[in-house]
Amino acid sequence: MKHFGIIAEFDSPAAILSAAEKVRDAGYQRWDTFTPFPIHGMEKVMKLGNSLVGWVSLAMGAGAFLSVVGLIWYANAFDYPLIVGGKPMFSPPMTFVPAYIMMIMGGAVGALVGMLGLNQLPRLHHPLFANKNFALASRDKFFLAIGATDPKFSENETRKLLEEIGGVNIELVEDAD
Amino acid sequence: MADSATNLKSLAPPAELRRAPVVEGNKGLGWLTDKLSAFAEGKIPRWWLVLFLPAAFCAMVVLPVALIYQVTTGVGVWGNNHPAMWGLDIVSFIWWVGVAHAGTLISAMLFLTKQHWRTTIGRMAEAMTVFSVMMAGLYPAIHVGRAWFDWFMFPIPNSNGNWPQFRSPLMWDVFAVNTYLVVSMLFWFMGMIPDFAIVRDRSTTRIRKGIFSFLAMGWTGSARQWHNYEKAYVVLCGLCTLLVFTVSSIVGLDFCTSMLAGWHATIFPLYFVIGAVFCGFGMMLVILVPLRKWCGLENIITLPHIDKIAKLTLVSGLIIDYIYAMEFFIAWYSGDTYERWVFTHRLFGHTYWYMGWILIGINVCVTQLLWIKKIRANLAALFIIGVLINIGMWSERFVIVVGSLYQDFLPSSWGKYIPTIWDILLYIGTLGAFFMMYLLFVKFLPMIAISEVKSVMPEANPHHRLGGAKGEKR
Repeated sequence: MKHFGIIAEFDSPAAILSAAEKVRDAGYQRWDTFTPFPIHGMEKVMKLGNSLVGWVSLAMGAGAFLSVVGLIWYANAFDYPLIVGGKPMFSPPMTFVPAYIMMIMGGAVGALVGMLGLNQLPRLHHPLFANKNFALASRDKFFLAIGATDPKFSENETRKLLEEIGGVNIELVEDAD
Repeated sequence: MADSATNLKSLAPPAELRRAPVVEGNKGLGWLTDKLSAFAEGKIPRWWLVLFLPAAFCAMVVLPVALIYQVTTGVGVWGNNHPAMWGLDIVSFIWWVGVAHAGTLISAMLFLTKQHWRTTIGRMAEAMTVFSVMMAGLYPAIHVGRAWFDWFMFPIPNSNGNWPQFRSPLMWDVFAVNTYLVVSMLFWFMGMIPDFAIVRDRSTTRIRKGIFSFLAMGWTGSARQWHNYEKAYVVLCGLCTLLVFTVSSIVGLDFCTSMLAGWHATIFPLYFVIGAVFCGFGMMLVILVPLRKWCGLENIITLPHIDKIAKLTLVSGLIIDYIYAMEFFIAWYSGDTYERWVFTHRLFGHTYWYMGWILIGINVCVTQLLWIKKIRANLAALFIIGVLINIGMWSERFVIVVGSLYQDFLPSSWGKYIPTIWDILLYIGTLGAFFMMYLLFVKFLPMIAISEVKSVMPEANPHHRLGGAKGEKR
């Protein structure tokens, strides 16, 4: 049976934050915390850096803006030139409002798609869902899991570390795949 | 130095400056989770059915009948006729777009300004936005008369070479309303993903677990997921805030680019945005005041929160009052005979004068009651004021649309607009559909952003004593 990793339960945001610091200092790389809400400071402890979602959103928004400018040029000035009020067939300002609106649409879709993509969602199952206590991760408990693929992972040592830093209900999680 | 440092500690803010807690009587994160999901997990209460059945009747019977008769017969079934080619359909369209705006304002702008109390009402406000934009989008689609040609409005390549005319604000409206619908739905849905996971983890039946596992899409609440989620949320809030100012502005542009007295004014985009927000706050009061009691959420949507919404209503109401004053002033100051005629007839005309007075009576006078603290704490009064504001804003749109159209430049082409039963049934149908969807949302989806409310509790702060921090940090 393959193992996913070892999971430990903590009681409070402060406890999981200091536990995360210790796990990081112990030299682990493939680990994560699971909390009912984002914990402030966790992104610094885990060195997550800046999320790429903003860039995905910017790219999709800018792409949508430029595509609409192109579309309007194609539709009203190239494919079927249309004289409206004696104005030029195409001028950049006339494209602004639809392009701007579609930029918002593109940016919003980019934010959602980027978030889901970077989080590798949607997925139908996660090995941690097999853990009985893990349902509390959306309630009032805080979990820390160290992956079995971590170079430093060893069943006994890792378990000992999690015990030392105050974790309870420490369990080995199996990977059914 | 040491002395002054210790002295600083005792400088707690005076009572009147202390912020009211977001949740009253909070007993911890677990308690909060139970409390906030209790209504969706409980049995269907009687009041819900009493409201749901008539709403569903309007949505499932009245609305389809009104739609089918109108679409198969033509716009002639409405009272719209020369010169008032825009009638109740456009009035209701603007009204519904308006109702939507406060939802986005509450959930997006108050997030960007870090108002923690908005976590308790944000979800309900977003739902209001989504459902009312749906209702708004229905009107222009059938107002065109031949609904089966609606695809002409979209840039779809076709063998006839039909392209939209992108210089027209009416065309921009198509983009704006559709974008508003899509973006507000995305925002609403994304906010619910962590809460779907909560419902999934709490579910006791297989069906519920299945449905919410599917909706939660495998959300685990890992730090990496939250990290990306928070970023996406900020980005979406920023974009939604842009939409608050854009969508109604574009609706306003439909009017102010027309060379019609009463419409042709540069103030219109702002006018429509503020009017929209004001009307939406009224609807928010109508929805929140009863629901907080019936759903047992009095500790969550507290009186100070309602008080803040009432204050925001007052602020937007005062801006709208200023705009009314400016409109009348400019009409007089312009010296334009037709402008003066239209504005005088808004209040002293012979057909629709009472609409103008409803507008003044409610939007200008009744709103001033919100200055009084006792009224802001009186829920019954707030509910009535909310209903009145919706009526007042509806009549404002009627005054703008019909009031300017029915007597234009040539007396020979003057006419009247009398709504028919089909105008009214369509409006009743959309009201029913809105409330039906809202009631379904309240009963079956997480109506309060559970994880967001938890995240602003002191228990969620790793540097707070309640969050497990040691030491004396407050």
